[in-house]
This record gives sequence, structure tokens and C-alpha cells, in this order.
Amino acid sequence: MKDYDLIIRPKRHAFDINFKEIWAYRDLLKMFVKRDIITVYKQTILGPIWFVVQPIMTTLIYMVVFGNIAQISTDGTPQALFYLAGITIWNYFSESFNTTAKTFTENANIFGKVYFPRLIMPFAKVTSGLIKFAIQFTFFMVVYSYFLFTQEGAVQPNWTIALLPVYLLLMAMFGLGAGIIFTSWTTKYRDLTFLLTFGVQLLMYASPVIYPVSTIEPGLMKDLILLNPFTPILEGFKYAFLGAGHFSWISLGYSAAVATVILFLGIIIFHKTERNFIDTV
Amino acid sequence: MSKTVIKIENLSKIYRLGEVGTGTLSHDLNRFVRMNILGQDDPYAKVGHVNDRTAKAEKGELVAALRDINLEVKEGEVLGIIGKNGAGKSTLLKLLSRVTSPTTGSIKVKGRLASLLEVGTGFHPEMTGRENIYMNGTIMGMRKWEIDRKLDEIVEFAGVAKYLDTPTKRYSSGMTVRLGFAIAAHLEPEILVVDEVLAVGDAEFQKKAIGKMQDVSQNQGRTVLFVSHNMNSVKSICDTALILENGAINQIGKTDKTVENYLTNFVKNKKTGVWYNSNTIQEVRSNLIEIKTCHSDNEIDTVFKSHEDFKVLVTFTTDFNEKTKPYLNLHLKDSNDELLFISNFSDLDYKRGEEKYQVECIIPGNLLNEGFYTIGIALTYLNPFNVDFSHKEVLGFQIEEDLNITLNDIRCGYGGPFPGKFRPKLKWNVNS
Repeated sequence: MKDYDLIIRPKRHAFDINFKEIWAYRDLLKMFVKRDIITVYKQTILGPIWFVVQPIMTTLIYMVVFGNIAQISTDGTPQALFYLAGITIWNYFSESFNTTAKTFTENANIFGKVYFPRLIMPFAKVTSGLIKFAIQFTFFMVVYSYFLFTQEGAVQPNWTIALLPVYLLLMAMFGLGAGIIFTSWTTKYRDLTFLLTFGVQLLMYASPVIYPVSTIEPGLMKDLILLNPFTPILEGFKYAFLGAGHFSWISLGYSAAVATVILFLGIIIFHKTERNFIDTV
Repeated sequence: MSKTVIKIENLSKIYRLGEVGTGTLSHDLNRFVRMNILGQDDPYAKVGHVNDRTAKAEKGELVAALRDINLEVKEGEVLGIIGKNGAGKSTLLKLLSRVTSPTTGSIKVKGRLASLLEVGTGFHPEMTGRENIYMNGTIMGMRKWEIDRKLDEIVEFAGVAKYLDTPTKRYSSGMTVRLGFAIAAHLEPEILVVDEVLAVGDAEFQKKAIGKMQDVSQNQGRTVLFVSHNMNSVKSICDTALILENGAINQIGKTDKTVENYLTNFVKNKKTGVWYNSNTIQEVRSNLIEIKTCHSDNEIDTVFKSHEDFKVLVTFTTDFNEKTKPYLNLHLKDSNDELLFISNFSDLDYKRGEEKYQVECIIPGNLLNEGFYTIGIALTYLNPFNVDFSHKEVLGFQIEEDLNITLNDIRCGYGGPFPGKFRPKLKWNVNS
């Protein structure tokens, strides 16, 4: 008689997150991913091709501005490939961050009508971001193969290519963690929405996306760049495919530690917001 | 049989009126500094007590949408929840469906609970009917294999077999609603919480929906919580009814008795038969000043005999010219909140040079049946269209039959309850 299946109470503990319930809703996650894909491709002629246009344009601009005018070194690797590599892996983070940062504001309608574990939504966004990444990565591989087979010695791939899933996972953790912190705060302070777009851009310039760490003179500047948890991922990614860059287990471990902390904090903050957010939005 | 499946204890929900938080960082910083550093009171908070919508809301005021609700629902019970707008019905639903969380107290639920605050949540117009069934079903907590199994039934119930692989943007709105309800109806939860979703869709669909709910409760022995304005649906579905008033349980008991009490109270609250506007803003073009129901000798009252003429006196201000003219609209609703008719009046003379008018509308005897009615009044301009004021359910009155007069006349000697919304006296002729 006393064993109730569900008890609705005012406040849950910060850590009382029902992962079992999230698992039970895994079919919903799949449906959200499917919905994201369908809504992007239906009624466009070029469909997924659009995802490739952005990296091409950005790469061209970087080649002109940073490669030719500012003459920033690309560590002896072809400029096009260097920029494209940086953009491809960085885009996965910025895509994940941008979409999950709108979780509450964009889904207020659904969230106001029916209950499901809210974390499903940002999880789904990060998952469907993988598809966009896959398309951009395929394009990167096409350009990469061109340089690999036509210009001998221009790129030196090595075994760390096997770490690609790790780099992706870390980017997903950063995007998800930062995104859900952001969306939790924006339910109360709309001011923050304005920060979103240029915040990501600032972060990109603070990370070695369009420049290699090796060009920076040792000093405060270099120390700061090395403290940036994105540095090991970006450098590692370029090292794996291009052979230029830097890889070490210690820095990768540092990056992973920061990503874990951010994701953990994000889940706690998100969890605290989700219970009453519908009253404030 | 009588196992408790929902147990609500000391449940309250507090809302802050006006802007929540304060909306901006600067105000919150201001509050933080004042409260935590200067030790002052919260500059943006005022605590109110009763959730009375008619009182004017002050910015930042706290209001209890629900106060100390204690309730037990037994297995197989069909409970109707009635109450005026703002009595806390929706808040209770939101708490039960876990859309938001309570401020104090708890709700304990035994078994799977599904709540229908809306049909077709998560539908995307670009997706096909089939995809949307899976989308909505999984949002409601179904697993994919459960939907696989019930897909045919859902499609049949909704009657959309032909359009299953067409994007729902090509559906008519009726089809979309039917599809949404069909999915919900096949959730098979132990406890079903339903909002007034039945108010959407055409009459045929409503019948189907109510039939499905009766089937669920009677034949399958499931528990249903049904929130509605419509007394007829509540009466036809629920065994027990609960009245919410100002966020608290006013009464709970057998449906017939409770609904009757609710209606009586409803009119009692408006027993004066006259309503004055306390809000006398001068800047607006039109304003309702006073409205009252009177016998033909101008005596204010709330109870009228079904055979007598009585009138509604409306005093209002408006300012208009030749080109654009206002219409006064009188809305008459029955106790089920169903609109019986609207009567318009526009024969006002702007040349009088005065802005204040008093008009009367005579409601003839031998028109309305016994029962409770409410009056709403609005002033509308056409060309350009504008509603200057609109007061819903501003007055209530009761119609009683005086059997001394009508028993042997219009009622032909029958003294029992007279069916029908109207009880008109029509002209009959004998032709041969």
C-alpha cells in the first residue's frame, strides 16, 4: 500500500539525477535526432551540401586574411588543410554549444506540456550535431586525400588518428556542459543570449584553431594558450592528420579533466533549473 | 478495489506575480546587495495570501495558486475537477504532470500516470503521420516497441490510414487533433489526467473522445482525473467531483450534488444583481460604468420568473463619430459556460454631445428555461476593428418557473424538470 511508484516533491537533491529514467527514454532521444535530421533536409534542394559551404568559405577567408595578409605560419602544412582541420573539429564544439544553449528557450512549449527527462533534449542536439560533423569531416577527408596523394610529405598522418573518437567525445562534453549551463542561466537572465554568438567567436580566437601553438613565443601568452583546455584537442587533431602540432597524454588528460568538471557542473545546474523553469520562462 | 493510487499531501504552489525574478541582472544585483549586504528586505517582494484574481495584482506579489491541498484518489475513481478560471485547476494539472514542481507538500502516485495537457505535443509539420506518431508517443513516455504494437489501432482510431505517410502539414486541423488524441488514447496508463483537450475538434470527435474516456474508466477500471468547465461532460463521465476555489478545495463529493452546489454558489457570488466598475480610467475611449439586472419596475434582483420580462441596464461611456460606430454586445451563457446567444445594439446618437449612455436590453419572458445564466458585455468598434471593453460573466442570474402561472398554461400540467436550454412560448395553429 505504501510503495508508491512516483513521489513528486518540492526539491530534489542536487545529485539526485535519475539516469535510469533517462535510459528508459532512449527511444525519445532517437526520435529527436531523427526529427532534427528530417527538418533540416526536407524542402531544401542542396540539403546537407549547405553544411560544406560554410567551412569552404571560412577556409578561403582565413587563407586570405591570416595566411596571406597577416602571414601567420601553418607549421609548414598546406594552408587550406590546416584551416579546414581547425574549423572542422571546432565547428562540432560550437554547433553543440549553440544548439544546447537554447534548450530551454526553444522548447518552452513542449516542456510546458509534458514531462520527460529534460536532459534528453541537449543529448539529442549533441548527437544530431555528429551528423553535421560527419558531413564536414567527409569533406575534410576529400581535401586531405588530395594533399596526401598528390603532394608527397605535405602531411604526415600517424597512429594518433585512432584518438579521433576521444577528441570528439571531449568536444561533445565541452559543448554539452557549457551549453546546458548557459541555457540554465538564460532562463533567468535573457541578457546572456547576446553573449552567445560573440562569446564562441572570442573563444575560437583564444584557441589554436587558425594558428599553431608553436608560433607563439614562450611567455605569459603561451602559458595562457596552453591552459586553454581546447588546446590539446585542436593540436592533437591536427597532429594526428597533418603531423604538425603537439600531442601529449598529460595535456589530453588535463583537457579531459576540465571537460568532466564542466559537464558535471552543467548537469547539476541544469537539473536545478529544470524543475521550475516553466514558471520563469 | 479501494486502493489509493494518488495521495496528495499539503500541496501548495506559490507564484510570483508580475515579472518573475526581475528579469534583468541589474535588478537582481540590486536585490542581492540590499538583502545580503545592507540587510534590508527584498525590495521586489510582497507576500499576498489568497489567490483572488479580481484583486489587482501588484508587481512582484507572491500568490498561492494552490494552498494546502489534501486529496486521495482511489483506484478506478473518475474525479472531475471544476472551478472558475484561476481557481488553480491548471496548476494542479501541471504539478500532477510534473511540468513544474510544488512549493511545499507532495504527490504520491501508484502506477503509470499520463497527462494530457495538450494533444499532439512535439508534432512537427514536416514529418509524416507515422513519424509523428512515434515522436509524440515517445514524448509521452512510450517505448518504440509499444508503439509498433499499437500503430494499427492508433491509425484506425484516428482515421488517417490513407495519409499515414504524408507530412502532417498537409493534414486538416481536425485530422491533426484526431491523430494526437488517438495516440494519447492508446497510452494505456493506469491513471489518466485530462485537461479540457476535449474542447477542440468537432462535435463528432468530442463524442468519440468522451466515449473513449468512459470506456477507459468503466470497462478497464482505470483512474481518471478530468478537468473541465463543461458541467455536462463532468456529469456524464465522473462519479466524484471536486470544486477548487481560490487555490483550495472547496468541496468534494458525488458529482450531481457537487455540480449543483457549485452552480448555486456561482450565482450567489454575484447575488447583488449590479456591478460597478471600480476602474475609472479617464483616458480610454470607452468604459463600462455599471451593469445591473432589474425587473420591469427597475427593482434590482437576481432571480426572475421564467414568464416575466426583465431587463439588463448598461451604463457606459464612449466617444465616437459618424465614421466609426460602436456596437454593444450582450453575451448570454448558461451554467455550462456555453454561449446561448449574442445580442447587438448600435443605435446610439453621437450628436448628443454627451459621452455617457444608459441603455437597456429587455429579455422577454417565456424564452429561457429554468437555470443559472451569466451575462457578459462588450463594446466593439468595426472599421477599424477594436474591442474597447469586454467583461465576461460580469453578472449572474437565475430563472425560476412560477408554476402557479405556467403549470396549466405552457407546461400543460407537467410540473417536473423541463428539458431543453430554452422554454419559449411559440405560436401554434390548428390547420385542419
